[in-house]
Amino acid sequence: MANIVITPPGRFAFPKVAQLWEGREVLYRFGARDVTLRYRQTLLGVVWVVLQPLLMAVIFTLVFQKVAHLPSAGVPGLVFVFTGLLAWNLFNGIITRASSSLVSNRDLVSKVFFPRMLVPLATSYSTIVDFFVSLAFLFVLLVVYGINPGVGILLSPVWTAMVILLAAGAGLVASALMVRYRDIAYVVPFALQFLLYASPIAYSISAVPSKYRVIYDVNPLTWLLQEFQWAFLHQPAPPIWQIVLSIVVPITVFVGGAVIFEQMERGFADVI
Amino acid sequence: MLSQLASNVSAVSKDVSISVSGLSKTYRIYRREDLPSSAAEAVIKKVRESKQKKVLERFDALHDVTFDVGWGEVVGIIGRNGAGKSTLLKIINRITAPTKGRVELGGRVGSLLEVGTGFHPELTGRENVYLNGTLLGMRRKEIKERFDAIVDFAGTEKFLDTQVKRYSTGMYIRLAFAVAAHLDSEILAVDEVLAVGDSDFQAKCLRKMREVARDGRTVLVVSHQLQTVSDLCSSALYLDSGHLVLHGTVEEAMEEYKRSFARSAPMLRTAAARPGSGELRFTTAAMAKDIINPGDDVVVEFAVGANPSFGNRFHISCFLNNEDGMLIAQCDSRLKDFWLDPATDNEGSVVMRTPWLKPGAYTVDLFIHAGGRRADIWEQACHFQVLPISPYAHATTPDGTDRGVVFPDFDYTQR
Repeated sequence: MANIVITPPGRFAFPKVAQLWEGREVLYRFGARDVTLRYRQTLLGVVWVVLQPLLMAVIFTLVFQKVAHLPSAGVPGLVFVFTGLLAWNLFNGIITRASSSLVSNRDLVSKVFFPRMLVPLATSYSTIVDFFVSLAFLFVLLVVYGINPGVGILLSPVWTAMVILLAAGAGLVASALMVRYRDIAYVVPFALQFLLYASPIAYSISAVPSKYRVIYDVNPLTWLLQEFQWAFLHQPAPPIWQIVLSIVVPITVFVGGAVIFEQMERGFADVI
Repeated sequence: MLSQLASNVSAVSKDVSISVSGLSKTYRIYRREDLPSSAAEAVIKKVRESKQKKVLERFDALHDVTFDVGWGEVVGIIGRNGAGKSTLLKIINRITAPTKGRVELGGRVGSLLEVGTGFHPELTGRENVYLNGTLLGMRRKEIKERFDAIVDFAGTEKFLDTQVKRYSTGMYIRLAFAVAAHLDSEILAVDEVLAVGDSDFQAKCLRKMREVARDGRTVLVVSHQLQTVSDLCSSALYLDSGHLVLHGTVEEAMEEYKRSFARSAPMLRTAAARPGSGELRFTTAAMAKDIINPGDDVVVEFAVGANPSFGNRFHISCFLNNEDGMLIAQCDSRLKDFWLDPATDNEGSVVMRTPWLKPGAYTVDLFIHAGGRRADIWEQACHFQVLPISPYAHATTPDGTDRGVVFPDFDYTQR
């Protein structure tokens, strides 16, 4: 007899990995649902996946490169901006979609049982799919502009994974908080907008005056952006401390986010 | 002796599918003015009140509930609104956690808490079957195997690749129920699903649930439709404000349920104790006659106190319930374009001419609807009895009249 025992939650709950693994199909179905739905009833369909970041890159290139004349590390402006936006859109998309996911799936949370963590996690699926489409387009740009990424590209999966973990950890916490405090819905976009301008996405880090440099140096996104530029644009490798931290910090944020989520999860059905 | 005890214990646990012991669920309710509605407020409150004791009430949705259910049983859970029926199901489904106590389950629980949860209107029928099945805990392979059976059960094969938003409500519910009904869990928990669908489909659902029980699985049913419970269940739990009052036969539980209506009626007589937003309140309500014959008019007289500060006109609604607690008629005054002005005291009455009521005890619920809200909710405002007299000209043995909820005024003609 397969026995399930239900008892009051203890003081400290650690995410149940086995249960999450059991629910992996939910993850896939949710993800597939989002991907299917996003472009149903749109004229251009998948074209939007490429068009969105490309248009954004064009605008950023105009503003930061052509108007503000900020440096782009010797790389053609559009390619530089597109690479930065590739990482940024991944980060931004995961957090934005995850944070509102529990509240907008209220029915699921209050009526069916499955590990709730799957709801915010599953939202990253469609963002990751978008990422790969954009990535393919980046390679087209690299060929067009004749840029050889060099061996640094071998580590690009690591930096991609780290952006995902960092964003997912933050997204988990934001989604859990939003169940209780809807303020998070206003805080998240604002915080992300601040980060967008406080990270060297559309300009090289060398443009930052040294007195402000410390603000950039403590920002994990700065590290990861530089690693993206290293991987795809043949830029010099960042210092070793930065490489170590950009692996340690995202993993810590993700695990910490999952633990915090688990702590808050027990009350969801009663509060949402 | 000890070994005998031990063997008893194991024998029990083999036949028991659900074992609940000392289960309690306490909700903490913050008084409305104390409830932080934003994070900033919550932080301020935390700082200010860190030394003070927090102002909160505790509400026991379930209080020390203990029972065992065997395999192959269909157990009805009955009780009035707020008795804790749904909370109990939610705990067994692991949607919400208990505060105290322990539940042991002999297998997977399939939840049918609300049909169609997780259905997405933009997805097609096929896509929704997979999504919903996965949510309910089915593997992709299981769904694939049962896909045809599910579609067949729902009778929607023609619309499989149509988006669910274009389905009729009936189709939607049938498909949703079909998915859940084909879930191969050892325990099935059902909450108020049979209130929907046409009678054919309802019969199909009942059959399916009996089948599940015959396979030796366990079904838990929460329903307001006592008919369903008595048709389907082999035993019943009767809950009253979080306490398990009775675990016995369906008949015993029904009796207890009916008695509770008589018991609690006077409790809500004072306007202040009644739910509703309170801008307007009934001052009195009474039956013109509290003992009537089946074909007689049901006349409820009521009075509503004035509230000149409340600007808009308001309307009244009146529910008629039989002693099983089944809502048999709703008389909304909007349907008769009847509105009242809150500037003055109002007195009025509602006359219900049909249907002919079967003998028994009835209760009337009264509502004031003002400005889109229920200003007063007066459940069981009045009671009356219908005498055991047949309204028909001819008599039959009891099997000619004992089905159905009301006596219809009908005729047969031959062509």
